[in-house]
Amino acid sequence: MAISSRKSRPAVVLLLLLLVIGIMFSIMAATRTWTPKLGLDLQGGMTITLTATNSTVPAESLELAKNIIQDRVNGLGVGEASVATQGDRHIVVSAPNVQRDDLVELVGATAQLAFRPVLTVAGAGVTAPPTDEDGPGLPTAPPVKNDVGEGERLDIDTVLAFQPSDADLEGFAAHECGADVVDTLDAPLFACDEEGTTKYLLGPVAISGEQLTTAASGIPSGQFAPVVTLSFDSEGSAALATLTGALVSKPEPTNMFAIVLDGVVQSAATANERIPGGQAQISGNFTEASAASLANVLKFGSLPLSFEPSQVESVSATLGGEQLRVGLIAGLIGLLIVMAYAFAYYRGLGLVVLGSLLVAALGTYSSMVLLGSAVGFTLNLPAIAGAIVAIGITADSFVIYFERIRDEIRDGRSLRSAIQTGWVKARSTIVVADMVSLLSAIVLFVLAVGSVKGFAFMLGLTTLIDLAVIFFFTHPLMQLLGRTKFYGEGHRLSGLDATHMGVSRDSLLGRRSRRTTRIAQEA
Amino acid sequence: MNNAKLGLAHRLYTGQVSYDFVKNRKLWYTVSAIVLSISILALIIRGLTLGIEFKGGTDFQAPMQVTSGTVEEVRQAVDGFEVPDLEAQVFSIGDDAVRIQTRVLNPDETSSVRAAIADLTGADPADVTYNAIGASWGKQVSQQAGIALFVFTILVMLLIWVWFRDWKMSVAAILALAHDLIVTIGIYALVGFTVTPATVIGVLTILGYSLYDTVVVFDKIKENVLGLEDTNKTYSEAANLGINQVLVRSINTTIIGVLPTGALLVAGSILNGGPLQDLGLALFIGMIVGAYSSIFIATPILTTLKEREPEQIQHRATLVRRSERAAVKANRRSDTDLLEGGDGVAVTAAPAGPRMQPRTGASRAERKKRPGTR
Repeated sequence: MAISSRKSRPAVVLLLLLLVIGIMFSIMAATRTWTPKLGLDLQGGMTITLTATNSTVPAESLELAKNIIQDRVNGLGVGEASVATQGDRHIVVSAPNVQRDDLVELVGATAQLAFRPVLTVAGAGVTAPPTDEDGPGLPTAPPVKNDVGEGERLDIDTVLAFQPSDADLEGFAAHECGADVVDTLDAPLFACDEEGTTKYLLGPVAISGEQLTTAASGIPSGQFAPVVTLSFDSEGSAALATLTGALVSKPEPTNMFAIVLDGVVQSAATANERIPGGQAQISGNFTEASAASLANVLKFGSLPLSFEPSQVESVSATLGGEQLRVGLIAGLIGLLIVMAYAFAYYRGLGLVVLGSLLVAALGTYSSMVLLGSAVGFTLNLPAIAGAIVAIGITADSFVIYFERIRDEIRDGRSLRSAIQTGWVKARSTIVVADMVSLLSAIVLFVLAVGSVKGFAFMLGLTTLIDLAVIFFFTHPLMQLLGRTKFYGEGHRLSGLDATHMGVSRDSLLGRRSRRTTRIAQEA
Repeated sequence: MNNAKLGLAHRLYTGQVSYDFVKNRKLWYTVSAIVLSISILALIIRGLTLGIEFKGGTDFQAPMQVTSGTVEEVRQAVDGFEVPDLEAQVFSIGDDAVRIQTRVLNPDETSSVRAAIADLTGADPADVTYNAIGASWGKQVSQQAGIALFVFTILVMLLIWVWFRDWKMSVAAILALAHDLIVTIGIYALVGFTVTPATVIGVLTILGYSLYDTVVVFDKIKENVLGLEDTNKTYSEAANLGINQVLVRSINTTIIGVLPTGALLVAGSILNGGPLQDLGLALFIGMIVGAYSSIFIATPILTTLKEREPEQIQHRATLVRRSERAAVKANRRSDTDLLEGGDGVAVTAAPAGPRMQPRTGASRAERKKRPGTR
């Protein structure tokens, strides 16, 4: 063992680790975030887990559904609500500090794609009403937003014959983008484009999303501009043929039909010719990205995802605060009794456990805060439980190490050399044991649904921190302490007492040169 | 007390005190078989008490001053709610809150019941918290848990196999794992604890923890059986010494692991249920069962598997010949030194000399040299 070359290293390693933790806290100071993001079970709010009822869900459709729900939630103005996909068929909506029972219905409604003929186009905002009776901004629509799916789809001739009533025109003139609308299959619709710069008065639904079979984007050979191609089932094809046939001869803007998803006009296309056979192509000012995005919307529309709320959790701020408080108390109690046990059993080495657990706690805390801002990690109740369970796993690494050191001493090594050789042997045990623990955390994280993820994440995080602490803190610290008089000479209270390990003091100090049966008597 | 403990730790390590876990394996197998049968019977006969998460329903919680008649009063009041057939169950939570569990409600019914409960308890509607679970949620949770269990088992078998280069260790570890799983579930069935998704998480975590423990024991065994053919020990003896050597650590680990879990349980009982308590309970039971299985199941199974290997059979035959020769030698020279290589008999009195390496079969000359090497 090249002890001499290691002489300066433990202190350097220790300083480096403390530096890393210092840097983490500096980042926290720089970004002024001192607390981790709290889950809704700890701060109060509603969590809605939606599960697709469709048996197979393409990833891009789920992503799109997430965006649609995000838009709906944003439209409600319920603060910093977040929407995330989970697994392959779940969407989780988290709305902090919200207690609205209608939220469930609003976010869970099925988004539907429809093709509607355009009746009128106008710039966004309130347009001058045809009569001067209604004031602008008068709520013409009932207070339910996007109440999708009501009404029967009308047959295509009825749709084409539809003429807006005066009330429709008045309402349209007063309509502002972003205001609530009613989306029914057999009624006209006020809709805006995605940017909210143009508003459309649309006729009833001519073709619904289910009648679309596929959609794709691409650049046809011999051309330069991307297009979106659509194909329809037989019923849809017939409707499309009639629709385009009728629209072709109409004046602008009524020669257009709009593709509407969840009340938003995704695209308004002019019918250039009658399209028989159910194969349509939309061309225009597409970039490759915008063509792909429209094709995605269309694909989603061909298989509309319907969701059912599998879990709705509404926690009041009071209960949330209480759960947080109790969780923290539990963590503190756990830490204290583990410390007490460590001191009772390992005496002076308990200080090493104390230091290591403190460093681990600092590392865990700053990781939680930083991961909160970096990847949106939120601390929920199961995550707190994970951290508490991890106290045991972390402390166990020290147990393995200390027991190994003692074993080496029992095998006749001096204390200083035992700290080194014990470490080499303990290291592999600690690594493999932590690997098993990490493996279970990863499997849980990847496969489990719901709040389990928080638990698994925390377990994995703390296992990694445990590895870092034992490698870069506990071991270097032991090396340093081995040089002190108290630990290095096996003081009675140091936990490295020669008598307790059944070896002579000379053996402990590496002074033994011949076999001796003298048991050291210490003061 | 500490003195005695440390002394014991020392004697366990050197083999002066040795509990024979391996030799009595038939006994442990019998005990485990009985425990497993009871668990499985309990599971079949009594079944598990599934939480609302697995059946679907809505769980309301409202602050309310609870007296002895409260639960009955609330139950009757709930029957009078606007929403029919609530199939409500009412519980008190400590003395300041009530819990009302109903069938699956649609959002309108939820609003109505929530308002009615707020009215009944005199609480602010915002303080009536609820957790609504669709009927299929529990199925999804358990399905995912099942997949996780399967994937985890396969991965762990591979990990252990690669790490220890020994598939028999994988098999032994997984059998011990299966034991932990069945016994923990059996205890739930027997006592009638409610199973919630948090319980499922807890059980999955135990698997990791129980394996962690087993891995530490196996790591020591691996070290002890290195160069086994040159020693006076059989595989079983080396394995048994390994268990004894890490016994103190196993006990310490279990205590240290169980202590924070106990804190979880206590905290959970303050909150009156909820994920903390469910997790705490599952972990509490599982850790203890897991510690038992690493020592009493995993290692005995490992030795049973290993002792069947031709090399081990041959090694044991060699040992028998060696000890016969030694006996002859001992008679001749009346030198007791060579007999000391203890063969795992419980509580062997060994000379209190500083380090008589009982584990090594090194020659006397080498042993004499050894203390001076450093």
